[in-house]
Amino acid sequence: MSFEWPWQYNFPPFFTLQPNVDTRQKQLTAWCSLALSYCRHQKLYTLDVMEAQESPVFNNKKIQRKLSTDTIQVIFEELRKKGNLEWIDKNKTRCLIMWRRPEEWGKLIYQWVSNNGMTNSVFTLYELSNGDDTENEEFHGLEDWLLLRSLQTLQLERKAEIITLNESKGVKFF
Amino acid sequence: MDRFVWSSGLLEINETLVIQQRGVRLYDGEEKGKMDVGILLLSTHRLLWRDHKNHDCCIAMPLSQIVLFEEQAGGIGKSAKIVVHLHPAPSNKEPGPYQTSKYSYIKLSFKEHGQIEFSRRLSEEMTQRRWEHVPVSQPINTSTTSQAGRTRAVGIVGIERKLEEKRKEMDKNISELFNTEPFISQAKEMVELSRSIASKIKDKQGDITEDETIRFKSYLLSMGIANPVTRETHGSGTHYHMQLAKQLGEILLAPLEEQGGMMALTEVYCLVNRARGMELLSPEDLVNACKMFEALKLPLRLRIFDSGVMVIQLQSHSEEEMIASALDNVSEKGSLTSEEFAKLLGLSVLLSKERLLLAEKMGHLCRDDSVEGLRFYPNLF
Repeated sequence: MSFEWPWQYNFPPFFTLQPNVDTRQKQLTAWCSLALSYCRHQKLYTLDVMEAQESPVFNNKKIQRKLSTDTIQVIFEELRKKGNLEWIDKNKTRCLIMWRRPEEWGKLIYQWVSNNGMTNSVFTLYELSNGDDTENEEFHGLEDWLLLRSLQTLQLERKAEIITLNESKGVKFF
Repeated sequence: MDRFVWSSGLLEINETLVIQQRGVRLYDGEEKGKMDVGILLLSTHRLLWRDHKNHDCCIAMPLSQIVLFEEQAGGIGKSAKIVVHLHPAPSNKEPGPYQTSKYSYIKLSFKEHGQIEFSRRLSEEMTQRRWEHVPVSQPINTSTTSQAGRTRAVGIVGIERKLEEKRKEMDKNISELFNTEPFISQAKEMVELSRSIASKIKDKQGDITEDETIRFKSYLLSMGIANPVTRETHGSGTHYHMQLAKQLGEILLAPLEEQGGMMALTEVYCLVNRARGMELLSPEDLVNACKMFEALKLPLRLRIFDSGVMVIQLQSHSEEEMIASALDNVSEKGSLTSEEFAKLLGLSVLLSKERLLLAEKMGHLCRDDSVEGLRFYPNLF
């Protein structure tokens, strides 16, 4: 399924950080949702800022407009505030993208578990993210770090417990 | 002979020459002395002798030093002489040819005769004692005369004397150079005038006459001070600015209409000064006059944008209308740069940019800043 670009994507001013405060707010909101939906579509869990500048989402070759690194940083900061982004390094060159926050993932996973009557069973992380059973699920292909975080949220809710199996991690659902 | 002092040989003011005689030799007491034959001069105040070969060498003695004198007739091989008995030299006597002398008299030997006449004149002067009631003063020392009457220097004393003279001369020249007399007299006039104006302003009595104002201004201008009288006092402005504002109100109406109700202040400045031809306005005066538009209820306004650009606009000029029309224009064309907008409306680029920026501020437009330039779009966000 090809990605559907929002109307702003082809609107040149979209790529210039607006000085008018109100306009800017609307612009940033649009950018955040675009970035997240693109990452979700591409199943991107990490972003490198340098690479991102060349990625189609921030660089529209058709209208010959692209975001400056400064503006990208502004957008990323917005995402971080919302909880959708986490910097991996101090220099802010790489980041983790959570187009779904861990809590949201946790809920989804638990829903699947309870729908399939698999409470009280144990899974390895690998089974959850890459198992055949979960192939149609959204969380299929979820990267370990994110999966772990999601399970941790469930752990807090006492709906799951993370356990160590041999050399890998697993989870028991309640 | 130690009563004599070196002299320039110049007569002082009020000193008159009485008689002079050539071929006179001076004797220190009985001794011939180191002086040669010379010219003996008698004045109302002094007895002077000048070496006939070296005119620089000149000595003098005040007549007050003379106690009495007597004639000594000459003989075969001997010239007639006058013996002059002298008072002791005063302690503050200036340097002379002889430091000390064991004699208290001198002899004047007249080689070429003339002692009778001289003696007679000397007697007259001694009787009259004119030096006692005719005060003398130093003659005006111009460079030519001082050169002519320079004393002949002998030995170290002479060198010192020459140096001293040189120094005195230089001093005098320099002080003449820096003579500020004429300046001070001119300044006096100006000080008087400024004082009178200041007092008038203080007492608020009477108008400062135009004449005085003009004179004062001309002084200040010559000193390099531009018009110091501040044109604005707490925003109330002066009469001049009020008049000017009224005048501007009339002149600017037509051009403003043409330009769509708004003109940059720089354009106004050029327009007005070109129209005036003479008596041009300064930018300051223009701004101050424009600031009074509102107070004088004229249909013009001075407006300052965020960027600092100053414009004059008609009061009837409505900003909302302008912005709405700007939005229409941009929407029509899809997007516009300030240059395109300027061309469309027949405005200057500066003003068109200001208008677009204002529309953006209001949220009607948004910007697209790229390598292609700055474009404005309708705000679809």
